[in-house]
Amino acid sequence: MGLSFISSILFATVVAGTPLIIVALGELVTEKAGVLNLGAEGIMSVGAVAAFAVAHHTGSPYLGILAGMGAGMLMALLFGLSALTLMANQVASGLALSIFGVGLSAFIGKPYESVALASVDPIRIPLLHKIPLFGPSLFEQQGLVYFSWVLIAAVAWFLYRSKAGLILRAVGESPVSAHAIGYGVVSIRYQAVLFGGAMAGIGGAFLSVFYTPMWVEGMVAGRGWIALSLVVFATWRPGRVMIGAYLFGGCMITQMFVQGSGARISIPAQFLSSLPYMATVVVLVLISRNRSTIRLNSPASLGQPFLPDA
Amino acid sequence: MNHRQFALATLGVSALLASTILMGAEPVKIAFVYVSPVGDAGWTFQHDQGRKQMEADMKGAVTTKFIENVPEGADAERIIRQLAQDGNRIIFTTSFGYMNQTAKVAVAFPNATFFHATGYKTGANLGIYNARFYEGRYLNGVIAGKMTKTNLAGYVAAFPIPEVMQGINAFTRGMRSVNPKAEVRVIWVNSWFDPGKEREAAMTLISQGADMITHHTDSTAVVQAAEEKHKEKGTWSFSYHSDMTKYGPTSQLSGTTHIWGDFYTKIVKEVLDKKWTGTNLWGGLKDGMIKLAPMNPAVPADVKSYVQKLQADAATGKFHPFAGPVVDQEGKERVPKGKNMTDAEMGAMNYYVKGVASTLPKS
Repeated sequence: MGLSFISSILFATVVAGTPLIIVALGELVTEKAGVLNLGAEGIMSVGAVAAFAVAHHTGSPYLGILAGMGAGMLMALLFGLSALTLMANQVASGLALSIFGVGLSAFIGKPYESVALASVDPIRIPLLHKIPLFGPSLFEQQGLVYFSWVLIAAVAWFLYRSKAGLILRAVGESPVSAHAIGYGVVSIRYQAVLFGGAMAGIGGAFLSVFYTPMWVEGMVAGRGWIALSLVVFATWRPGRVMIGAYLFGGCMITQMFVQGSGARISIPAQFLSSLPYMATVVVLVLISRNRSTIRLNSPASLGQPFLPDA
Repeated sequence: MNHRQFALATLGVSALLASTILMGAEPVKIAFVYVSPVGDAGWTFQHDQGRKQMEADMKGAVTTKFIENVPEGADAERIIRQLAQDGNRIIFTTSFGYMNQTAKVAVAFPNATFFHATGYKTGANLGIYNARFYEGRYLNGVIAGKMTKTNLAGYVAAFPIPEVMQGINAFTRGMRSVNPKAEVRVIWVNSWFDPGKEREAAMTLISQGADMITHHTDSTAVVQAAEEKHKEKGTWSFSYHSDMTKYGPTSQLSGTTHIWGDFYTKIVKEVLDKKWTGTNLWGGLKDGMIKLAPMNPAVPADVKSYVQKLQADAATGKFHPFAGPVVDQEGKERVPKGKNMTDAEMGAMNYYVKGVASTLPKS
């Protein structure tokens, strides 16, 4: 097993994990505010198609990201109207948003199915990208990869070190108390939902503009659902979201390298394909097996609607 | 609704029905059931191209409609039944998983004619059709064998069913027929359609030294990945289902494409002329159901003419991609010298031939 072999596994792992990190962190913030938005798959799809369309028409992949973000926020607003303002069931609203988003993206995307985008050159960090083994995977990546790392630190800082984060968590733990001491629960939840939508939109944009530069119906292929489950398995901790996402990406890539290596080992490919799911679940269950930490980290009012006047 | 109103309504409905039946010049309704969205390339896209061609060929005599994205299973039966009830005289169901549902509905609607792609159940009003995709694969393999510099090809595959195995093995045999040192590596992605995974699999194979890449999955991601790596690694690709030159303008060498239009026109004519007596067709190059995607200008003239010669020989039956001896990966002889593999043997193919450097997933 050569150095370049490991280096390419690392590289591909980081790429595969990036959309999961971005989407899962957005959902994490949403859930910390006590809102369960199961619409990630749909929001990602709409974000992906919006980003692709704008990147195609303007020629700028970065405007594409903005468009994906905007589209994601619009979708999240829709969820907010239904689940926060009208206080519909959050699970049902989220599922509906997923189904709606996947369908809507297919509808909007029809004219873009025959279009191919040029692939975007990675951003090289001078000198550092030449480090053997880790250089390319850490310092010769798309801008959104660096963004995902900044996002982890930013979300962790926001939630645990800033006052606004403390308020957001309070809203997620006990909306009634937060309301009683004068915080606008619904408006804070709206902001959290919009942030989650923006991140899911960016995650979608990463898929359609950077990862596989094309648009086809169904291209999100379940990544929204994986991001959702990562949040739970990571027990709502940003650092663990990253571990989970890279573990998932790493297992997926490694099993392909094993298959492609021509080695004569007889492991069913179906087993290898399910490995990323199993490994991620097992590891995250192990690192969070302490029940009290789960209870500590999971937002107490998750999924419960809040009626301000009650 | 009282009795008189009911009687009147019934009368009205029957009059309406009678008038539609009496108007003989009305175009015949034909329906297609697709497993995925039509999109811009791939399995369903090719069927839809066929549908369009047939409708143009039969201008005025037929109207067609399609329902896309129909899940295999119970839902499919409901939709096929609905189509038959709506008066569609001919119904094409274009995915293997519709087999039992199509057969069931066909029995209930003896006045309609059904055609099911890639299955094996036939009936008085149920025909089946499929294409010998592996013939095109062999020819793609020949081009790959002549043009590879690393003697390694990569194959991104969905599920180890016989149809996919035929493709892998035919490609490998074609490649090794002109380059005995060549090897083929396979990555199973366990999905017909996941562009991200398909791309990662292609990238993996490319990074492991494969300079010829092809796929038996439904998106264009593999061809795009090869295009991206073409400059750096000299990677070439072969498309499947559709011509994907648009996605690999410099790096797609050729491909295996499905052409259903001629068949659809022919079979619809037969049914309308009441000459149809049943269909069980496994057509290939000879029948025009398989065509090679246009060859890249980078393919040398002698390779081109050799492939064209093989193509002509396949049409006359002189050349068979699985002409004996066929030896599997373990060295066991599956077809002796002088014999061609039978259709039944191909339909049960569950092994790699010699030259595939991967291990088949056991289930």
